[in-house]
Amino acid sequence: MSTTGRKRVIKEIKVDIKKCTGCRSCELACSAFHAMPRFSSINPSRARIRVFMDEVNDLYVPLRAGGYIQAECNGRNLYVIEGKEYSECIFCPASCPSRRYFKEPDSGLPLKCDMCEDIPPLDAPMCVQACKFEALTYHTREEEINEEEGKYDEIETAYRHLIKKHGKSKVLEMFNRFNGEE
Amino acid sequence: MRYAETGINLEIDLSRRNIERVETDPRDTELFLGGQGTAAKIIFERVPADCDAFSPDNLLIFSTGLLHGTPVPSANRVAVNTISPQTNLLAHSLMGGFFGPEMKHAGYDKIILKGKAPELSYIYINNDTVEIRDASHLKGMGCTETGDVLKKELKDDKVQVVAIGLAGENRVYTASMDHGHSSAARGPAPVMGDKRIKAIAVRGTRNVNVAHPGELFALCMKLHKKIAESDGCGDWMAVDEDDSFHHDNFAWGNARTRRRGFWSKELEERWKRLKYDHMERQTSCYNCPKKCRNVIKWPGKNRFGYKCYGKDTYHMAAFKELDFSYEILGIAQEYGLDSYSTPQVFAFAVELYEAGILTDKDLPGFPSDSGDRFFYLMEKVVHREGIGDILADGVWHAARRIGKGAEKFDHNTIKRFEQLPIKLGKLNPPYFLMIATAEKMAITQIEGSFPQDPLPTVEEREAFIKRWEAVPDERFIKYFMEWEKRNEISNEASCAITDWNEAMHYIDDAIGLCGFVSSFRGQFGGGVAYHMNNIPEILTLATGIHFDKEKLWRCFQRNRTLVRAVNVKRGMRRKDERPPEDHWAIRDKGFEQRLLDDYYAFKGWTKDGIPSKATLDFLNLEFVSRNFLENNILTGEENVPLPVVSVKNREAQP
Repeated sequence: MSTTGRKRVIKEIKVDIKKCTGCRSCELACSAFHAMPRFSSINPSRARIRVFMDEVNDLYVPLRAGGYIQAECNGRNLYVIEGKEYSECIFCPASCPSRRYFKEPDSGLPLKCDMCEDIPPLDAPMCVQACKFEALTYHTREEEINEEEGKYDEIETAYRHLIKKHGKSKVLEMFNRFNGEE
Repeated sequence: MRYAETGINLEIDLSRRNIERVETDPRDTELFLGGQGTAAKIIFERVPADCDAFSPDNLLIFSTGLLHGTPVPSANRVAVNTISPQTNLLAHSLMGGFFGPEMKHAGYDKIILKGKAPELSYIYINNDTVEIRDASHLKGMGCTETGDVLKKELKDDKVQVVAIGLAGENRVYTASMDHGHSSAARGPAPVMGDKRIKAIAVRGTRNVNVAHPGELFALCMKLHKKIAESDGCGDWMAVDEDDSFHHDNFAWGNARTRRRGFWSKELEERWKRLKYDHMERQTSCYNCPKKCRNVIKWPGKNRFGYKCYGKDTYHMAAFKELDFSYEILGIAQEYGLDSYSTPQVFAFAVELYEAGILTDKDLPGFPSDSGDRFFYLMEKVVHREGIGDILADGVWHAARRIGKGAEKFDHNTIKRFEQLPIKLGKLNPPYFLMIATAEKMAITQIEGSFPQDPLPTVEEREAFIKRWEAVPDERFIKYFMEWEKRNEISNEASCAITDWNEAMHYIDDAIGLCGFVSSFRGQFGGGVAYHMNNIPEILTLATGIHFDKEKLWRCFQRNRTLVRAVNVKRGMRRKDERPPEDHWAIRDKGFEQRLLDDYYAFKGWTKDGIPSKATLDFLNLEFVSRNFLENNILTGEENVPLPVVSVKNREAQP
């Protein structure tokens, strides 16, 4: 596979669910960082990370808000890990109609993790900084951009821009005209 | 706008099924801070002196600490206050976990219950939704099991539940209420059972605001790191497997036998394996970078969590080993039994049986093995069946109801409450004061800032004070440097030391901090996160109300005196301040009474332990002095000096 030689940075938070103690400092720190103005309020319900906790069954799973989906799944998997049952939903980051997680409590608008992108950049997202047990650790790695992928990325962006500016029909008309000329 | 607190109390009258949101007076925050401080004020003002613990007029108050819900790490302990049926005094009870912060996010500083529900009920709170709901399906259910069922019913794992088990439902005096693996003991659970409230489930999704958010958050990130890294914070018993201190020095059975040399390396290795083979995780309370709770899965039993000395109490009372505690703790937790006082009640019953005071008639089919006996007694007590109905009232009451010389076996209670089983040789004067004048009932809730023992050499003392950032005044450095022998220390020093130890606990219990990062840990040297020198700034940043060291110290004196006033109003006097007769082998009654005189004078109290009018007015407790004059508790003519104030504001701290 050919490459462009160009690279992009992938940000990752590694979650070690055995190390989570359920302190929820990550939720608190996230909600404070994303408050407007910054740090002006604390509210774990508005955090973009939540620790699923079930003390009776000893399940502790930190979960990052992934984004909005319109419909819930048709079915669910049940995972059995070392004898304990985990519903697939425990690992799912979606802001989904089937549950109340990752929604602004007042408006119901979805919440999504932005990795605490800021200027200047933070050393690590706030949830990771707040975790003193290394249940959450921050890693970055570079990934080469595939040439094909890169090419289409650019073309796609260009087309999107044109469509936005001129409308779909004009862009299609022009595309057909170019096609006819060649 | 109110910062750090919501300014709203939730008042629920269970008899009339009336629910009200009541705005609180911000001046009370400045005077009493919150938590147990403001709760004591409510109880003083609203619970009559002759009100029985099981009267509908008794209040059961769940208080958030002033710092709950703010970014301040390890602020999560809820104070639960009421009049205790066991002591007939103010119950001092605390629990960690998540309940307090959730209450605050729901919009309430306190939940105040009065009256009695006609049927077993639970209270559901979700922000503005507050309902008294039927709990017949939860009857007889275990504490954590109830929490689990309610979370599933309400379809939200973030609902925080506090529940009583069968022991609380049956008004067992040594019952506790449990919230996950945290529990609140020493009185409120039987009152909750009497009010027919099985559980309270809270969910809150509102913001908590602080006055100076950026500065406070930056400071809290530093504190968070310090707590995580410092060996001066947290429960060292969660990590240190050498537990020779309790096993070799505390008394086993019914606070009876010291077993010097019990601990050995072989035992330590064996118990360490036992622990780590069954421990699934160590868990934290809300926003705390320590993990003090050990979660154990014992074969065939429910998971349970324990911390600190809670792992030793059952097996030491039964002359067993750690596996016995693991066997019984999961069951005791579901029944909702306090693991400090309950084992002493059982050991007391075993002694009475062996002495022939209780017989096979009282204990039909009583097993021969001490462990089996504990399981037998537990069933009798939680069901209040036969002799269990008497034992369920705790050692003091049971001894008097059984009679036939049983009173002699009640040798470890003060103010009718079971104390830690410590029997020592020589008197440690500050400890005499702390135990005698205890109103928090457990020494661990009073001691903690000043070391328990002197260090042998001057060099060691100097090294100790170098790391002593918690010390509030130079006088304590002087006392420590001059302290050679445990039992030889001036009365002035004993009073001031007791006063400082109390100060940290009274502040923690009002603002919601955990003793393991504050009031209990300073005694072991440096590295403790919170102390008189930094709490004022934290409170100022969080609340927007200016606090300095002298003002905070005055808050402590006020809350301490107010708690005393609640109990004085109920009849507590000097005569009740008597540590168990055999607590120390060598006693000097004359010295002890002179020390008590000096302590009362230090506090601005009369010789009978009553705060004088001048002291009460000095502490802005005019509502108390008025009450005491009206009820002839004081004449107003008492000639007592004002309380000593041990701290001064200063620009630079030593």
